[in-house]
Amino acid sequence: MVEIRFHGRGGQGGVTSAELTALAAIEQGKFAQAFPSFGPERRGAPVMAFVRVSDRQIRTREKVYSPNFVVVLDPTLLQIVNVEAGVPEDGIIIVNTKLSPAQLRESLGFKRRLAVVDASTIAVEVLRVPITNTTMLGALIKATDVVSIDALRGPLEKRFGPIAERNLKACLRAYDETVVEG
Amino acid sequence: MGKRVGMEVSIAAAEVVGLCDVDVIAAYPITPQTHIVEHLSELVAEGHLDAEFVPVESEHSAMSTCVGAAAAGARTFTSTSSQGYALMAEICYIASSLRLPIVMAVANRALSAPINIWNDHADMMMSRDTGWIQTVAENGQEVVDLLLHAYRVAEDPRVLLPVIVNLDGFTLSHMIEPIWLPDKEEVDRYLPPYKPKLRLDPRNPMTFGPVGMPEVYTEAKKAQDEAMNGALPVIIEAWGEFEKQFGRAYRPVETYKTDGAEILFLTMGSISETAMTAVDKMRAEGKKVGLVRLRLWRPFPAKELVDVLKRAKAVAVVDRAMAFSTRSGPLCVEVKAALYDHGVSPYVQNFIAGLGGRDVTVEDFEAMAAKTGDGLSKGLPMAYEIVNVRE
Repeated sequence: MVEIRFHGRGGQGGVTSAELTALAAIEQGKFAQAFPSFGPERRGAPVMAFVRVSDRQIRTREKVYSPNFVVVLDPTLLQIVNVEAGVPEDGIIIVNTKLSPAQLRESLGFKRRLAVVDASTIAVEVLRVPITNTTMLGALIKATDVVSIDALRGPLEKRFGPIAERNLKACLRAYDETVVEG
Repeated sequence: MGKRVGMEVSIAAAEVVGLCDVDVIAAYPITPQTHIVEHLSELVAEGHLDAEFVPVESEHSAMSTCVGAAAAGARTFTSTSSQGYALMAEICYIASSLRLPIVMAVANRALSAPINIWNDHADMMMSRDTGWIQTVAENGQEVVDLLLHAYRVAEDPRVLLPVIVNLDGFTLSHMIEPIWLPDKEEVDRYLPPYKPKLRLDPRNPMTFGPVGMPEVYTEAKKAQDEAMNGALPVIIEAWGEFEKQFGRAYRPVETYKTDGAEILFLTMGSISETAMTAVDKMRAEGKKVGLVRLRLWRPFPAKELVDVLKRAKAVAVVDRAMAFSTRSGPLCVEVKAALYDHGVSPYVQNFIAGLGGRDVTVEDFEAMAAKTGDGLSKGLPMAYEIVNVRE
């Protein structure tokens, strides 16, 4: 079983990222759970969302404490949230940033493997809004293969209708541009 | 054929209620509400469901609307939680006493104060004696299945009682997971059309809910008690039919790895899944631990429960609500009474866990098992403990 934690700010669509990941996994015949960090929702405040993906039925209702993968939608969170908390040694932190993995490691002292992409720029150019939730799914898939891009197509269409194609384009561009540490 | 979908549990609940051809849905749309009625309002507004959606001004009015509609012969639905449920309570008693087969989904949440919107079973326990049949779901699939079952049981002429399907708030209501949704033809095959025995009809006037003088009130309550007891075999029969058609089995009391277990956990709701994972882990370590899950809260299946619990040396009852000053949670009080009634006395340890959204983990279950085993082997007095509470 794989666990993923998304960090975003209220209104940035982190919960949607988690949902789309779970829906793609289910579309692939896998088992999945997606859920927000339950609480009063506030626009702009740091929020989290969680996903579990497994080949077998998932039988736990615990919170996610040690996610294998962490996705950070908003680079301004890196200064105020310990996004590495609970991540096991072989875990990966996937960050929306203009910095290289080496620069990011140096400035914030990360211990886990990093994957980076400038999702904000991609989102603004492709979607014309600085909302990175679907763009960062491309980075997640590049770094982890947790679901396939193909499986994401159906859930994206259902969720976004006429703008699904553009979201998929942003996702694919992030997939191409994501740099994953060796 | 039905289909496997990824869906939020609340949306799936609304979908299956829609497939049940409800006539009237009444709901208060603001917190503490879930997406269940929000999605039903969409289904009605978009013309997918031919029903009256009545957005009322309070939960009290929601249940009042259901009572009126059900008395007129409609198939009805509502949903609520916590404080809203408390406001609705007055009319809940009336619904059951009038023998109206209303179905309600309750996303179980804590009761204030302090203000808390998160999951526990305080609201389920508050409504213990409202006279409704109550089933409890552990995952999204079970919410869908139990809602379908609820209409079949409620409307059965041998039962005619309202039914609540309990699902853990947030932990289930806001969870996206794979669910197998039946199609319309399958639902129609399982659930016959509702044919009310008696209903409000201007052509055949009658009174529902008149005054019950001291000369008749006691008899009315006895009749209600008998109706509740008489519902048990029908509930079991309807689960049997469900299993035949859909292949998924439900029982009033369900077990997991109980063979040879010396310590049995007793749980209700979604923490049962975490408990299964904990039992798997402890079994792999050679510990003789098993799990019993209460599927049916009302009518209380005392005999079925005792038949399972009597095989264990110790029972660890996990409650998710308080019963102040009794040194037992509300579930444990009933378990102890049932054991006493049947002349069985295993070592019973009671844990209060998961209040107001506090997580209950595999590690917590391991600690509870260890404590129960310790108490049993040392012959300590039977204990009551609030798990992980800060003093």
